[in-house]
Amino acid sequence: MSEQDLSAFRAEVADWMKAHLSGRFAVLVDRGHAGDGDALPDLRMEWERELAAGGWTCPAWPIEQGGRGLSISEQVAFQEEYARAGGPGRLGHIGEGLLGPTLIAFGTDAQKRRFLPPIREGRAFWCQGYSEPDAGSDLANIKTRARQDPETGDWLVTGQKVWTSLAHLSDWIFVVARCEEGSAGPKGLIFLLMPLDQKGIEIHPIRQIGGGSEFNSVFFDNARASADCVVGQPGDGWKVAMALLGFERGISTLGQQMGFARELDLIAALARENGAAESSAISNRIARAWIGLRAMRYMAMRMLADGADPQAKLESLGYKYQWSHWHRDLGKLGMDVLGFSGAAATDDPRTEKLRQLFFFTRADTVYGGTSEIQLNIIAERGLGMPKEPRGNAG
Amino acid sequence: MDLSLTEDQLFMRDEANRFLAERASSETVRAAIASGGHDPTLWGSISRELGWCGIAIPEDDGGLGLGAFEMTLLLEETGRRLTPVPLWTTVSLSAPIIRALAADDARPGLLRRIASGDLAATVALPRPSASDPFEAIDFTARLDGSRWRLSGRCAAVFNLASADLVLIPARLTNGLGLFAIERGLISGIGALDTLDPTMPVASLSLHGITVEDDARIDRSEFEASAFAAPMLWARLGLAAEQVGAASGCLELTLAYIGERVQFGRSIASFQAVKHRCAELLVRIGEARSLLYGAAQSLSAGEEQAEAEIEGAGVLASEALWRAAEEAIQLHGGVGNTWEYDPHLYLRRAQVTANLFGSTETKLARIALNLPEAAA
Repeated sequence: MSEQDLSAFRAEVADWMKAHLSGRFAVLVDRGHAGDGDALPDLRMEWERELAAGGWTCPAWPIEQGGRGLSISEQVAFQEEYARAGGPGRLGHIGEGLLGPTLIAFGTDAQKRRFLPPIREGRAFWCQGYSEPDAGSDLANIKTRARQDPETGDWLVTGQKVWTSLAHLSDWIFVVARCEEGSAGPKGLIFLLMPLDQKGIEIHPIRQIGGGSEFNSVFFDNARASADCVVGQPGDGWKVAMALLGFERGISTLGQQMGFARELDLIAALARENGAAESSAISNRIARAWIGLRAMRYMAMRMLADGADPQAKLESLGYKYQWSHWHRDLGKLGMDVLGFSGAAATDDPRTEKLRQLFFFTRADTVYGGTSEIQLNIIAERGLGMPKEPRGNAG
Repeated sequence: MDLSLTEDQLFMRDEANRFLAERASSETVRAAIASGGHDPTLWGSISRELGWCGIAIPEDDGGLGLGAFEMTLLLEETGRRLTPVPLWTTVSLSAPIIRALAADDARPGLLRRIASGDLAATVALPRPSASDPFEAIDFTARLDGSRWRLSGRCAAVFNLASADLVLIPARLTNGLGLFAIERGLISGIGALDTLDPTMPVASLSLHGITVEDDARIDRSEFEASAFAAPMLWARLGLAAEQVGAASGCLELTLAYIGERVQFGRSIASFQAVKHRCAELLVRIGEARSLLYGAAQSLSAGEEQAEAEIEGAGVLASEALWRAAEEAIQLHGGVGNTWEYDPHLYLRRAQVTANLFGSTETKLARIALNLPEAAA
């Protein structure tokens, strides 16, 4: 696609957002992002259907699956323009960005026919059942069990998942469970699709340090996944689970950065308004944040360039570490700019946003692979340093 | 903007890397240090045979007609090995100033001579550690018949001893003039014993030296602010050498700790060591990303290029400093000996850290005109 066509596409997205993220949806601007993920759920579900009606859900999916088949540069443009307009956190993200591509790659035709349309239409919301109390950084140490009911062929699941984002607002969960008795690590797992509204599943919200509850514990007690809701083969669940994580990387990064840029601009504006920027210590930290964000942008572009530069491939291993630490520092900077006025709750939405940012960015360096795990990956896969010794358990 | 490397760019970088691995080994760098920090044989190959001096000079002027991005790729490689040649002063500092300020009758000839490898050039920077290195110009020039008489001094000129040509800004009656003077005509050169022996610096004094009329190469009298645009290339090139040096320093550290065994295992297997090397890679990758983006922004004439180049200078200086500091620590006892190379990187890190402004002044300059992040 030419630069000119791409600009026209950007303008189309921007125009649509301007026309639709208004009226009753105007209160959704900048809401529902990490740290605020449980905000205004009913209206955000309606927003998902508004997006669907405009053809903006699942635009990266292939046309034959109901998507628009957007190219990488168009996907980047869409994500950036959505974020630039202050588009709210997407309740449909897990279905659209993670489960959908996984089903398209590994699902049966029946599964695609059954599950893809409701995701695209903003009618079915999904959550991700991976982490467990004893399977965090060591994700393969999964203990939730799945046992097949010999009469029906259905799978009966018992165990606990944790940190399940937005489970309380979701309709379905995909679960990685151990289906082979006595197996350990990545072997003997199964990838199941399960409705949340059933006997045998209980959802308990977890109160986070910022006061909100985006995450949940999900308890399974002989909960049922029907026989046709296995993705891939029983025993191959790890392969499907890891492939799903692969879909998450890359494209959404530049949209995420646009959100970061809006946060930084907000902090810089507040620092000018309240005089904090008159301190060179503060204004230099703001300049440093700007530099870090530019570096992040160019790192993402090197990653997406998909070229033959081994240096770029090596350095992209550091991307999660880079952005999460940058963002965590930004959370602190925002509060330091506010000074004491950030300590007291107000009804000023800008202050509230920075208070949420302060708390939630503490999690950035933990979820999706802690900083310590990231550094191990960089050292071992990138720099070829010796692997960590493993304990006996797995 | 596209930050992928084309096949040609990858080839150029890999060839430069291979060539310098052979010709700028630790032994040759150390031999050059012993003889004043310049390797004339290596410089002959780089300038005359490989044509690197013409990298960013237009084809019409005898150069390769490539841009700021290709220049950064080459300087990363020379920086990686602290290569003792005056490439940065010639291609990043001098050539852009000639392109920006020289008159039509002087410019093509000078650029052609640089591109062909005939001329190593440098610039007398009155205040190398200031954000504006051309504030407080001490040199004055007076017309004496048809000739110019120049006086004044400059405390620190990089690669002066190996330069064939020195660009000297001097005060005229109203504004500034730019003079290009053959180094052989200058008697007042005093080599400085600086921290970094791979990047020689000398003071320059002119006591009423007379030069021909054509030694003045500018179009017409100008203000010091006219240096700002060409100096972006010098800042970018410096950052490129720093990023390359940081990578080279990490490489030599990884090589050492991979062989060092304590407690019956490679010290590279300790997580305390692994994590520090990994953090270094993150820092270097961050600096390199901004360096590449800034180079492309400069070539494309983007508004934020100046702030990005300043930012690349901050990240590159910090990455190099950290790499050098960690190299000494992770080498342990031998890291404190002259025999091992980490101290050479520490020296380069410290000397370059304050060129064109400290980290704090660079950040303050960015803060002063902070571009909107979500623009």
